[in-house]
Amino acid sequence: MKRFFLLLSPLFLLTSTFAQDWIKTGTGLGVEKVRLAVPDFNASTQDSKNVDLLKAFNETLWNDLDNAGIFDMVSKSFYPLGQVGTPADVKFEGWSAPPPNAAMLAFGNLGVSGTGMTVQGWLYDVKNVTSPQVLGKQYQDAATSDAARMTAHKFADEIIFRLGGGIAGIAESKIYFVSSRSGHKEIWAMDYDGANQHAVTRLGSISLSPRVSPDGARIAFSSLTKSGWEILMYSLDLNRLVSFPRFGGTNLSPAWSADGTKLAFSSSRSGDSEIYAVDASGGNLKRLTSFKGPDVSPAWNRKTGVQIAWVSGRTGLPQVYTMEADGTNVQRLTDQGYAVSPAWSPNGQFLVVSWMRKYGPGAPGAQDIYIMDIASKQWVQLTHDGGRNDFPYWSPDGRHIIFQSSRAGSLQIWTMLADGTNQKQLTFAGANSQPNWSWK
Amino acid sequence: MKQRNLRWTMLVFALMTIMMLGACKKKVAPPPPPPPPAPAAPTASLTANPNTVDKGGSTTLTWQTSNATDVSIDGVGAVQPSGSQSVTPSDSTTYTLTAKGAGGTQTATARVTVTAPPPPPPQVSATEEELFSQTVKDIYFDYDKSDINADQQSSMQGDIEFLKQHPNISFTVEGHCDERGSTEYNLALGDSRANSVRNALVQGGVTADHVKTISYGKEKPFCTQSTEQCWQQNRRGHFVYGK
Repeated sequence: MKRFFLLLSPLFLLTSTFAQDWIKTGTGLGVEKVRLAVPDFNASTQDSKNVDLLKAFNETLWNDLDNAGIFDMVSKSFYPLGQVGTPADVKFEGWSAPPPNAAMLAFGNLGVSGTGMTVQGWLYDVKNVTSPQVLGKQYQDAATSDAARMTAHKFADEIIFRLGGGIAGIAESKIYFVSSRSGHKEIWAMDYDGANQHAVTRLGSISLSPRVSPDGARIAFSSLTKSGWEILMYSLDLNRLVSFPRFGGTNLSPAWSADGTKLAFSSSRSGDSEIYAVDASGGNLKRLTSFKGPDVSPAWNRKTGVQIAWVSGRTGLPQVYTMEADGTNVQRLTDQGYAVSPAWSPNGQFLVVSWMRKYGPGAPGAQDIYIMDIASKQWVQLTHDGGRNDFPYWSPDGRHIIFQSSRAGSLQIWTMLADGTNQKQLTFAGANSQPNWSWK
Repeated sequence: MKQRNLRWTMLVFALMTIMMLGACKKKVAPPPPPPPPAPAAPTASLTANPNTVDKGGSTTLTWQTSNATDVSIDGVGAVQPSGSQSVTPSDSTTYTLTAKGAGGTQTATARVTVTAPPPPPPQVSATEEELFSQTVKDIYFDYDKSDINADQQSSMQGDIEFLKQHPNISFTVEGHCDERGSTEYNLALGDSRANSVRNALVQGGVTADHVKTISYGKEKPFCTQSTEQCWQQNRRGHFVYGK
């Protein structure tokens, strides 16, 4: 029996005990989650559009706070009667005493007036009757359900920032991924909760491995062009491809450095696939590895910027290695099986990988997501639910992991908390893979 | 001089002989058939409707005869003096009806044209491309491997010999992988396989300039079942002519 601790964020303490095959680890074991009540916002005007926008807003706000993983959401069936739209409506005793027993109350109102929408939201510490207000915000936007959802994301992120140890929420973050639903594998984008799915590229070829730049302005990806697999660069500001050098050979799996100045990628321009680094402008190409066999899927340490994890087949089945960004100090992290798709936690201490620990002809094992502590090389298994789970990627707040899974029959994108709980499917149409989370 | 005269004489003689023979032949042309004897000569007609069918389709032969005692159609056999019958010719066929009677023999024909759904490709002598696809064999790989296995050496040698004999052929070696494993790693593995085949060709003496490589990883599988047989089909270096 071994026991170790993974410090995922200042708030998170993950404890694993390997007594049996596996147990589900829990978020914040020993750390009490904030009990948060979120009654539906109500209408502040008489406009007929209020109903639809309130529905979009209330659903989004509830899901964002529920997904955040740091709240114990008080079930709506425990709420006292009566609407809570303004501070005057708050009856402290009704919220702070059991059955709701809430510590915090998020409430407010939404009103459409003409083509505009106004949202007022508050966060109250209901056990502090004399000075309850933690947060009071007012938002104005167009009266559309997209804007209502975005406003809910913003308000949720404010609450999460206040109550989540100062770590920004992810409700406004984006996911980039590969979808074949148009008939070709193209780069797609969606909100973090799976809403607003739309195509980014329309190249009619095979486009893979999208990686958004730290500033969110560009996506580097690999695409099958007339001259073979090349790294392409798509500007999200200009909504078109921008120039990037063609290196020749097979060029795959770009990865941004945390400061956005460099890309690492795999290229076989020398005749054997190796990891290279290049300036974000495309200049100053440098080869980092030199060993026969596939070298692919580099990932730059998001905190330190001086370490690269990648996948190498130099000893046979692919394993995860790390090296300094100049190619020195090569260390092998996985000891067996088939290990691929490393991605760094935002704090730079952990890798999340896809691993078939016992793999090979005759012994097809499950392909699951694992978190590995770089310093101790200890690991924790996050998925146990069958299918092939691959391409994990961390959310900007370090509390979530997105990944692809075939467990539902087709290849789809799933999300979970970084302790493996709260797994949810985000995509349903076509086949979707290789999710990549924006940096903020 | 004397020889020349002799030649001329012979030539003139030869020409005259030819002309006379020709004239004679005309005269000996067969005489018109003797007029039929007293019994009335048989008559016969044969039609096919439709007279053009797709392969596998049927058509109806309809015939009428008179003054005939013995009526038969080639390929059908003896038939009634008049009638119709459905036939399904496998190829274009000319049906011949023969009506025999006391007054002689009369024939009638009907042609049924059978059109093959895809017209057969014109038979020309094998092109370089056909030779390439007939001769050059794909190279198959073991699981997660990109080195060329001993059991693939004879294919490899055959490929090298052919490609050395046809040094002007440009071609691409595609690296393919089975569906297992990760997308990015399989693309790199497919690249290693394609390069492995290319290196073996170049070492064998094939001109490097004509060999392109591309990896498809597991993006374009040859078959899609999750069986070892299918996976083996997908782990290969595939030769494509002229790219």
